[in-house]
Amino acid sequence: MADTIQNTTAYLADFERFAATAPGRGHRWLASIRDTAMARFAELGFPTTRDEEWRYTNIAPITGTAFARANGASNGYTDIAIAIEPFTGWDAGGARLVFVNGRFVSSLSERGTLPTGITVGSLADALESGSPMTEAHLAQHAGFEHDALTALNTAFLQDGACIHVAKGTVVETPIHLIFATTSDGQSLVSYPRNLIVADASSQVTVIESHVGLGGEACWTNAVTEIVAGENAVVDHYKIERESESAAGGYHIGTVQLHQYGNSNVTSHTLALGGALVRNNINTLLDAEGCASTMNGLYILGGSQHVDNHLRVEHAQPRCNSREFFKGVLDDHARGVFAGRIVVHKDAQKTDAKQTNQNLLLSEDALIDTKPQLEILADDVKCTHGATIGQVDEDAIFYLRTRGIAETAARSLLVYAFASEGLDDVRVPALRDHLNDLLFARLPYGEQLREAI
Amino acid sequence: MSLLEVRNLHASVEGHEILKGIDLTVGAGEVHSIMGPNGSGKSTLAQVLAGRDTFEVTAGEVIYQGKDLLELEPDVRAREGIFLAFQYPVEIPGVTTNYFLKAALNAVRKHRGETEIDAVDFLNMVRDKLSLVDMDEKLLKRAINEGFSGGEKKRNEVFQMAVLEPTLAILDETDSGLDIDALRIVADGVNKLRNDNRSFIVVTHYQRLLDYIVPDYVHVLVDGRIVKSGGKELALELEKKGYAWVNGKAAGTSVAGAQAVAS
Repeated sequence: MADTIQNTTAYLADFERFAATAPGRGHRWLASIRDTAMARFAELGFPTTRDEEWRYTNIAPITGTAFARANGASNGYTDIAIAIEPFTGWDAGGARLVFVNGRFVSSLSERGTLPTGITVGSLADALESGSPMTEAHLAQHAGFEHDALTALNTAFLQDGACIHVAKGTVVETPIHLIFATTSDGQSLVSYPRNLIVADASSQVTVIESHVGLGGEACWTNAVTEIVAGENAVVDHYKIERESESAAGGYHIGTVQLHQYGNSNVTSHTLALGGALVRNNINTLLDAEGCASTMNGLYILGGSQHVDNHLRVEHAQPRCNSREFFKGVLDDHARGVFAGRIVVHKDAQKTDAKQTNQNLLLSEDALIDTKPQLEILADDVKCTHGATIGQVDEDAIFYLRTRGIAETAARSLLVYAFASEGLDDVRVPALRDHLNDLLFARLPYGEQLREAI
Repeated sequence: MSLLEVRNLHASVEGHEILKGIDLTVGAGEVHSIMGPNGSGKSTLAQVLAGRDTFEVTAGEVIYQGKDLLELEPDVRAREGIFLAFQYPVEIPGVTTNYFLKAALNAVRKHRGETEIDAVDFLNMVRDKLSLVDMDEKLLKRAINEGFSGGEKKRNEVFQMAVLEPTLAILDETDSGLDIDALRIVADGVNKLRNDNRSFIVVTHYQRLLDYIVPDYVHVLVDGRIVKSGGKELALELEKKGYAWVNGKAAGTSVAGAQAVAS
């Protein structure tokens, strides 16, 4: 406990410095949110494995590291423009917002061809200019009362993407947000904060990429709030490609989805990197007729640890939710899937389905999967299923008797399993890109790519 | 020189001996049928020839095209022209038949020092082969055997055989579970693939298949040994008298297998 107090103290001290210079500090509502959040963080402290919600994920590597608060890159952005190319090549022609060490970098960003009904910019600018949307929505959806890390992000929020899609606007170009961390020779923590509000009958696709460029430990503590108005359609993708080395990329992120009547939201969480990752994906279905899809794919090796915690709250009748998470774990990798489905008393005709499928490629890989259903209504359909398996040796032999080498056969079966997790990716260029990443992560993936 | 020579082959699984000394010689273009009661080792023989590693070969040798077959990995055997049509074809969700067959064909071609087949030639060739077993092109887009009926699975095996053009095709109870229509389609497909340079080992429990695929030689396998060999008329005799007939013969002498060499 002593450690926790000490660490909390360091963040409290940093908060004093931050609050004096933070964007939008002149707005009383914002200062109040930051202060309240910091106070709550101080009360809660960092979670430990004694907390039920953190039983399988030990964040000691984070609490044991002295991080400096990231605030842009000190050496300019020329090298970074080159370094991020592998992460941006696929999005040519689209809208792109680049954030480096937690701050928006206008010179690396592109507006692309966006329609007039959409406002896209940095949260820092929106806060400085006192955009009414930020006051109406910021920190109104992602609660921090019971979540110390969301509290910490809220206290230190300063930049990220701020996206508003006006009523009836259909944005066909996906918007790509890139969060790059370059260590500048020290361990850094950044607190990206995104706010995406899609008004009634609008449509938008937002892709978040989190990438690590530096050699030192980096911790991203991110929160994205998404509000889908009545009949709005929102697709959100989060691609995690931080460093996998043990002293590498730490990511704790919350995606908070708030859905109104007949809205249709799909979120994808793709863990393709990171040493220690925790994803909270929380959905509130707050009016009738909502459809929510939460997809995820984690391809882990080495000593990676990825924890996906989902919570879908059916607060109103006649909503559908679908959770489909797939994982491939090799070496000493460890995965966690916890999916809580809460159906309120009045949420009759709820249709909720949760699926978590895992493929273990080594004897030392480990997955903990835990469905949790809290159902207070009596006319609902809720199903959940979890599987943990190994590569089917009969299938391997079958493929080999057709001339396919064992390594390629094994890789093909893993690919077939994992690629199903990309079936619902609706941006073709992104799907191709992710497919390439998948090949790159598979044993003998190159051999397989040649074969097909 | 014969295509395949099996000499005194012994194989066991978890210490339990299943093949107890098989001798079998298959010449180019010949069709050999292996018949026998359940548990006699027919499928084991088929799988050992294809390279299944759940079986341990404890003695004997197999020479295929002058090479020590047992030294080759299953995928290398396939590229060298051995094809096993499975008794229970495996369902592989997520891998389309098209994708899989192209990978398989290119592996075989590469092994032979040929270039990869281009997409148009592949499609034309595959269409041609599909017609052999009366299958629809939609098959190519389906995951391998996923949700197929028993008959579709067996037809798919023969279709794959047609695409890969093996030198030695081993059919492991391809007839079991088929209705007469499916059996005719499968047998027709096989018959169209018969030629002077392609040999077949047809493993079956029932004589019925041999009405359609007429073998050159019939071998009766009982308790891990070939106890009787003969021409196609042996199958008819067996059908009439039942396996008890050869069982009785086998019981008397353990050297019966030694005579069972077809030339």
